[in-house]
Amino acid sequence: MKLARVLAAASLMLMPLSLWADQAAVHIQPPDLHSPRPLEEQTATSVVRGYLQSWKNFKLAFEQNRSDLLNADFVGTALDQLKSTIGEQAAAGITTRYVDQSHDIQIVFYSPDGLSVQLVDKVVYKEQVIKGGKVIASQPIHARFVAVLTPAAARWSVRIFQATPE
Amino acid sequence: MRLRRLLIMGALAAAMSPMALAQNPSIDFPQTIAAGAAFSIRSTGNGKAMLYIVGPAQVIRRDVNLGQDIDIDAGVLTGAGDYIVILTGSSSTAHGHLAVSPASAPAHLSFLARPSRLPVNLHNGISGAVYVFDAYHNLIIKPKTVSFQLAPASGATQQHKTTTVNGAAWTQMDSTSREGDDKFVAQVEGVSSKRIVQQVPGEPCGLKMSAKPAGNQIEVQTAPVRDCSGNAVPDGTIITFTEEYDGMQSTVDVPLKRDIATIKLPAHEGARISVASGVAMGNEINWGKE
Repeated sequence: MKLARVLAAASLMLMPLSLWADQAAVHIQPPDLHSPRPLEEQTATSVVRGYLQSWKNFKLAFEQNRSDLLNADFVGTALDQLKSTIGEQAAAGITTRYVDQSHDIQIVFYSPDGLSVQLVDKVVYKEQVIKGGKVIASQPIHARFVAVLTPAAARWSVRIFQATPE
Repeated sequence: MRLRRLLIMGALAAAMSPMALAQNPSIDFPQTIAAGAAFSIRSTGNGKAMLYIVGPAQVIRRDVNLGQDIDIDAGVLTGAGDYIVILTGSSSTAHGHLAVSPASAPAHLSFLARPSRLPVNLHNGISGAVYVFDAYHNLIIKPKTVSFQLAPASGATQQHKTTTVNGAAWTQMDSTSREGDDKFVAQVEGVSSKRIVQQVPGEPCGLKMSAKPAGNQIEVQTAPVRDCSGNAVPDGTIITFTEEYDGMQSTVDVPLKRDIATIKLPAHEGARISVASGVAMGNEINWGKE
């Protein structure tokens, strides 16, 4: 009975966080391309879907120090860098929780050969650094992410994933 | 009186222990630095502490002494992005936000040129897209001037200058009129990347053939086959000869050999012989009526 009450209380405490994490507000701006190739709506939708999916696995990978979770969404430079960071934070004995609250996404470049799409995402998120199960620092961050995605077998993968100071 | 003395002595002893000597850490550091730049973190307090610099692009951990400047050397914090800088003392923690921008000097280009092989004289047939990176492989977001050059084996070089937006720039250029290997170069502040674009002859143009009797057959032969710019069409290109007579039609495909296609056809009085390659049509010969 006591255990059930503890579990119920714990689930109530966890629920808002998990709902929040999965329900970041997403706003998609119309593309503002500085390139000659027209962007089909289907392509744009697929690119944004791939990018948002990459955020989900990015968050899981960093919270669990599991770089294997990045393989489905990231390639090239982005994959190498994020894996390296996860290795560093594991060595430092910490994990990080990225709680994204909102995304404001706009596609800005579609290369003439159709092999890369660049988007800008103004993200509001909270970064929490966790050591030994305890949050040692929590910081709200307004970031401007620039991502470059390239087509893979069945989806768009993130090749460049970089925040730049606004 | 005695109790008061005891209390004072106790307080003095407690103040001299290392635990009590430690003060709450606080930190001060620049809000923004360039990737790879050296910088210092000023800390207050005393005692041992742990410094963490944590972001998606990099994590650094270091043992530090409070009250001393913590020097981060050049080339240590290299990943562009947002970081939390955390100083954890024995009993408390201080933290703040640090932004790392890409270094301003380009060091690497990612240059995608398409296609690697194409026919001559194609308007906007060649495209190039370039992404500009610093020495630490951060995409340089600030605008940079990019020079694209397409230099054919002979003839004039095409040049196009443009400015990057969010680290990316592109161009489109015409393939030239001569076959051969063109050098396609993207250059930004002395950093360049080269691709080879092979230009091949276009479709045959202005096909011409002649015919002469060869016993009871007709020997039909094309003039040297060229594209519309005068480049020799490669051997193996299929030339199709068609002979029509009395409502019958026979077709023969002949691969080009040393610029020429030749074939012997049955000699039928009044036959109409035509030649074609792909969508290019050549002249017609009416046998026995010319």
